[in-house]
Amino acid sequence: MLKVDIEKRLGDFSLNVHFETQREKLALLGASGCGKSVTLQCIAGVKTPDRGRIVLGERTLFDSERRINLPPQQRRVGYLFQQYALFPNMTVAQNIALGAHDRPRAERERIVAEKLRAFHLEEQARSKPHQLSGGQQQRTALARILAGEPELLLLDEPLSALDGFLKWQLELELLDALAAFDGEILFVSHSREEVCHLCDTVCVLTNGRSEEKQSVQTLLRAPRSRSAALLTGCKNYSKARRMDAHRALCADWGVTLTSAQEIPDAANCVGVRNFHVAVPEEANAIVCRVLRAVPDGENVILLLLPQNGSAQLCIELGAARWNALGRPETLCVAVAPGQVMPLVDTTG
Amino acid sequence: MNWFPLLNSLRIAAISSVIVFFAGIAAAYYIAKLPRAVKGALDVLLTLPLVLPPTVVGYLLLRVLGPRRILGAWAMAHFGARLTMQWWSAIFAVSVIVFPLMYRTARGAFEAFDETLTLAGQTLGLSNTYIFWCIRMPCCRAGILAGAVLAFARALGEYGATSMIAGYSPGRTATVATEVYQLWSIGNDALALRWVLVNIAISAVVLLAVNLLERREGVGKC
Repeated sequence: MLKVDIEKRLGDFSLNVHFETQREKLALLGASGCGKSVTLQCIAGVKTPDRGRIVLGERTLFDSERRINLPPQQRRVGYLFQQYALFPNMTVAQNIALGAHDRPRAERERIVAEKLRAFHLEEQARSKPHQLSGGQQQRTALARILAGEPELLLLDEPLSALDGFLKWQLELELLDALAAFDGEILFVSHSREEVCHLCDTVCVLTNGRSEEKQSVQTLLRAPRSRSAALLTGCKNYSKARRMDAHRALCADWGVTLTSAQEIPDAANCVGVRNFHVAVPEEANAIVCRVLRAVPDGENVILLLLPQNGSAQLCIELGAARWNALGRPETLCVAVAPGQVMPLVDTTG
Repeated sequence: MNWFPLLNSLRIAAISSVIVFFAGIAAAYYIAKLPRAVKGALDVLLTLPLVLPPTVVGYLLLRVLGPRRILGAWAMAHFGARLTMQWWSAIFAVSVIVFPLMYRTARGAFEAFDETLTLAGQTLGLSNTYIFWCIRMPCCRAGILAGAVLAFARALGEYGATSMIAGYSPGRTATVATEVYQLWSIGNDALALRWVLVNIAISAVVLLAVNLLERREGVGKC
């Protein structure tokens, strides 16, 4: 179990994060600069929060009231850095051995041999980090961390420096390594895909503030805030006023939309994913002027301006359908009530 | 040819280099952690001997170490020893003049060091002492060694401050640099030239070593 409830000021920025995990893979999802990495550093003990508590299992790592602040060396928290932070002057085997440096020599050697085998690094045991591929570096870093048997794993955007096929491969490898780990896992990312693939639950961070924890599925289906929706890739937003439990007046689009979700009193914004806007349908119809049509493979991305509105709508439409419609200058689009997401916009 | 000046120059340069090696690294490490304003001020103060004329440094040292000045009088009272006009007096002068070379190269090497390695070491449970000597120093090795060798080369060639604080007495405080000046001033041109050639040869070898070290730094990461 990991309990985090911390506050920290950094110049103009203030961090205020609280969450709890129970044997799960939790992601901290947020745009860059929202305080994700600082949160991890506070948990690892390389930065000190101003106030709050961090409890890992039975142990209190930090408590400002009881004046407890364990040094990073005593926290038993494994930290996987974005660039892996392997020690360049040491071989793979030496790097891994440092993870178990507090064990007697014979046991340490046994652990190193075991990790080399488990992470398929036997042939690279004597290589220096700069001779390794990205995947081997990641495996070495994980092996080094796990050799110390930490109770908590912190993963700081381990995949964000990569792209394409390599990223996908390393993602699969990471998934395998994490499956074997018996402890809490905290994953920091700004990528919806990584979070979907690797985690069970998500905690969205906006400008240093954490939202309530939710499951990954819930986040994708019904994000609570505009910033959460943005992180999940939603492109269309309109200022909105709640009219009743399921209807909202969307000022920017000049229409009233019906949502299948119950609209909370605090909702002041509506989000619609571009692939959920259909052409045409009876309910929730919006008459728009076509501003631009951008070819996108088999689809066309359309930028629309609602007739009575001021905010653009971005939608995707099959190219064949777009041609069959005769590439019109005005288009009547609609969104199913099940796809209208009432949101809270705290970004002002 | 009496080889005493060479021997004296070498031992002064060696001892000064060792002192400056540790002092420069310690200063570079701790000053990097200070607040920016303090760091800027200390940086100017510690680099000053690099640009000041050696005679100015010599003058300031005499103001402190002279037999009737603070430290000089104190040493005289407690140890009955003069701090000036000994062969080892030159170590004070040379250390101060050479310090900025070591300090600045060590600082440059530390600034290029990836600090996440320190964080990684700490979360792995390694002590800060271990991280400093077994990770930071090996990673900055090439830069720091180049600084040390450069400091040694400059120490061999120090003249101005040395001649003020240790003077020139044959067989006691003579160094290669002061020997050359002395021989030239009494018109012994042939011997002066031989010392000049010896000096050039040694300095060239040392600079060659610096170049080799810097090239190695460029090739492999640590």
